[in-house]
Amino acid sequence: MTSSPSADRPVVEMSGISIEFPGVKALDQVDFRLFPGEVHALMGENGAGKSTLIKALTGVYGIDAGRIVVDGAEHRFSGPGEAQDAGIATVYQEVNLCENLTVAENIMLGHEPRRLGAIDWRAARRAAAEHLATMGLDIDPASSLGSHSIAIQQLVAISRAMVVDAKVLILDEPTSSLDADEVAQLFAVVRRLRDQGVAVLFVSHFIEQVYEISDRMTVLRNGQRVGEYRTDELDRLELVSTMIGRSMDVLEDLQVSTEHTVDAEQGATPYLSAVGLGRKGDVRPFDLDVYAGEVVGLAGLLGSGRTEVARLLSGADRADSGTTRIKDVPTRLRNPRAAISQGIAFSSEDRKSEGVVGDLTVRENIVLGLQAGRGWMRRLPRRQVDEIVEKYMAALNVRPANPDALLRNLSGGNQQKVLLARWLATAPELLILDEPTRGIDVGAKAEIQKLVAELASQGMAVVFISAELEEVLRLSHRIGVMRDRRKVAEIVNSEDVGVDDVVELIASGGEH
Amino acid sequence: MPATTGSRTRPAGPTGLRNLTHHTLFWPVVALVALLVANTIFSPDFLSVSILDGHLFGAPIDILRNSAPLLLVSLGMTLVIATRGIDLSVGAVVAIAGALSLSFIATAPDPGAVSTVIIAIAIALGLCLVLGIWNGFLVSVVGIQPIIATLILMTAGRGVAMLITEGQITTVTSAPFKTLGAGFWLGLPAAALIAYGVYLIVALITRRSALGMLVEAVGINPSASRLAGVRARTIVWTVFALSGLFSGLAGLILASNVMAADANNAGLFIELDAILAVVIGGTSLQGGKFSLSGTLVGVLIITTLTLTVTIVGISPLVTPLFKALVVIAVTLLQSPRVRDKLAARARQRAARPEEVAA
Repeated sequence: MTSSPSADRPVVEMSGISIEFPGVKALDQVDFRLFPGEVHALMGENGAGKSTLIKALTGVYGIDAGRIVVDGAEHRFSGPGEAQDAGIATVYQEVNLCENLTVAENIMLGHEPRRLGAIDWRAARRAAAEHLATMGLDIDPASSLGSHSIAIQQLVAISRAMVVDAKVLILDEPTSSLDADEVAQLFAVVRRLRDQGVAVLFVSHFIEQVYEISDRMTVLRNGQRVGEYRTDELDRLELVSTMIGRSMDVLEDLQVSTEHTVDAEQGATPYLSAVGLGRKGDVRPFDLDVYAGEVVGLAGLLGSGRTEVARLLSGADRADSGTTRIKDVPTRLRNPRAAISQGIAFSSEDRKSEGVVGDLTVRENIVLGLQAGRGWMRRLPRRQVDEIVEKYMAALNVRPANPDALLRNLSGGNQQKVLLARWLATAPELLILDEPTRGIDVGAKAEIQKLVAELASQGMAVVFISAELEEVLRLSHRIGVMRDRRKVAEIVNSEDVGVDDVVELIASGGEH
Repeated sequence: MPATTGSRTRPAGPTGLRNLTHHTLFWPVVALVALLVANTIFSPDFLSVSILDGHLFGAPIDILRNSAPLLLVSLGMTLVIATRGIDLSVGAVVAIAGALSLSFIATAPDPGAVSTVIIAIAIALGLCLVLGIWNGFLVSVVGIQPIIATLILMTAGRGVAMLITEGQITTVTSAPFKTLGAGFWLGLPAAALIAYGVYLIVALITRRSALGMLVEAVGINPSASRLAGVRARTIVWTVFALSGLFSGLAGLILASNVMAADANNAGLFIELDAILAVVIGGTSLQGGKFSLSGTLVGVLIITTLTLTVTIVGISPLVTPLFKALVVIAVTLLQSPRVRDKLAARARQRAARPEEVAA
């Protein structure tokens, strides 16, 4: 890894890259370069073309026009294998490893040292241990991968990528499921690799992390390159306006005050009221009231039970204790369908496997919930479908504005908007949003937050779950605090409540 | 055609011709046309249709009639496959339908009466519907993998048919029942009218109502569909029930063709032909998007192929091999990967002269 060329010559040079999908111009004449020994951040909103550019560089997509030069030689990748052979290694957002194999097996998979035709396992373990050591990691190579946290698995994925002596390491949203300490550990490894001359391409939605780790950044917008900047020469505000291509109005709008009195204080009946609702192994019995016109935030760490609460309230899972009353009428939410017929809409945190129906069009995805409620015999009239689809695509600013595009060809943020449109089209009275802004960019995030505030002010009841406490605080009237699968506290939000207070509640478990 | 699923996900070319060759049904239709042309070369009056006793006769009419049972079975199979399932029991259900209807007619006091035949048909179809519901129950309620769940009936079903016929090959004479498979209505084979009629109704229902979209949604992402409020379980259950019912109808037509209930050989391997027809038609075995017009083309290819073997004079012994070769060719030409390779090669060939010039 010491054979890096002189720092003036880019190790990757892409020029005039264009890629088109049916109905979507994903990349339009994009130039991109990557130097050895730098961490380069690729920035842009959802749908700007970041993933597409990475997939072009890693050979997942063929390019329609342009040149890719790696280490001085032009390449035309027709598959990920060829890109890997050219020294480009990738670690994706979701760890693509085998949990049931050991760490050593995962690292060496496909590169096992052989002796007399058979795999030399002892040498494999030794080699894996060496790779881990060069990255400063102390992990037992013989332990099974599944026994480690996602963060460690992420690092193992990076060691695996470096087995092939990669010149270029691509990290696509590596930190989205890591906590602060784990991010620090990851960054230590990244810096180490950078100092060894590896060119690191870093994609993340966390702007702070980008500023912490990157030396240089390229900004994309709507499939085009806006520019390449040195990180220390572009401040955060400039970066965000470059990414979204407009001034900061959107973000300022966000400071919409959600401080308005709610029915709760007037002694009205809540829209939904859960008493002692619980499910063994998922979440301990809890009480929760949600009033019309109110945003109830759920704060807690990953695995604290916040998602499980949402699933019980929406009928996605069946409660085994407690009761639910809707407008004071005892109602059993046996399945999602029963909840939907009560006006409850639930947007799952797992967009990919519980939301997106990828091979259907945007139009079909939007009307799916509404159509399901009507049953298969009463098909929504085409004109009504078009009206609904047009209305929500415009309201949520879905891009591309093509209802016939397949949903899987859209970026994550736009998929999320389509899913929101699906739920809003059913005209719910209670909207349960589990991590609606995860993995999506500032612009889309601001739009979604604004929408939530607006919906509540129009009288909708909202349950809002997010790992980002700032977001929960900004939007919620009341906040339920979760810890260890229990609801430990409930506080009324006000200007005096800060992130620190919530963190303290989570840390102390509400016992002070 | 009413059942076209619309555009696929392949990057479409700018020209109309490229769009045409990239259509999922392009190669299957080419294969069908090629078969018809080959037959016409061997037997010049292959495509001619004549009128005899007020009925239409000729090879095209034979294809329509012979394709009827397979079309019915494949119709159910398409819907089942679209929901990520598979139904291996269709052959056994075909045998049961034949056995039950013919045994009932044989023991009835008046085998030739229309009422006897109607009751026989009703009983057989009723049982087949129940068998389909049984499959659907195992898959959607009990949660057994479709291939295993239907394997049960695939094996047990022939035994049930044997029980019904008591191990005999019952031969029956009943004019009204014979009409089903060998008769003519309005100059056309009754079997074809029934099968194509059912096909049209199903095609219309799936695309005019929301059923098609909901079936696809369940096939593409079952858990997302459930959370969106789709009755995923009911839909899966329904398509298995329909598959049983349509197979029963196919079994009646096949039984009426030979007027003998053969528990061992009726509908033997028809499940494989049906799966082939579905796959040739471009419906993925992974579920999701389905194409009933594709299935129709697939059925016609397989039926024509069988007829071709006779006309061209290939020994029946090598029929399976011949069939396999055609199927391999069609599926390869349809596979995205092979198409990409071919397209890449064509592009390279087009690009090379430019590079030399530059």
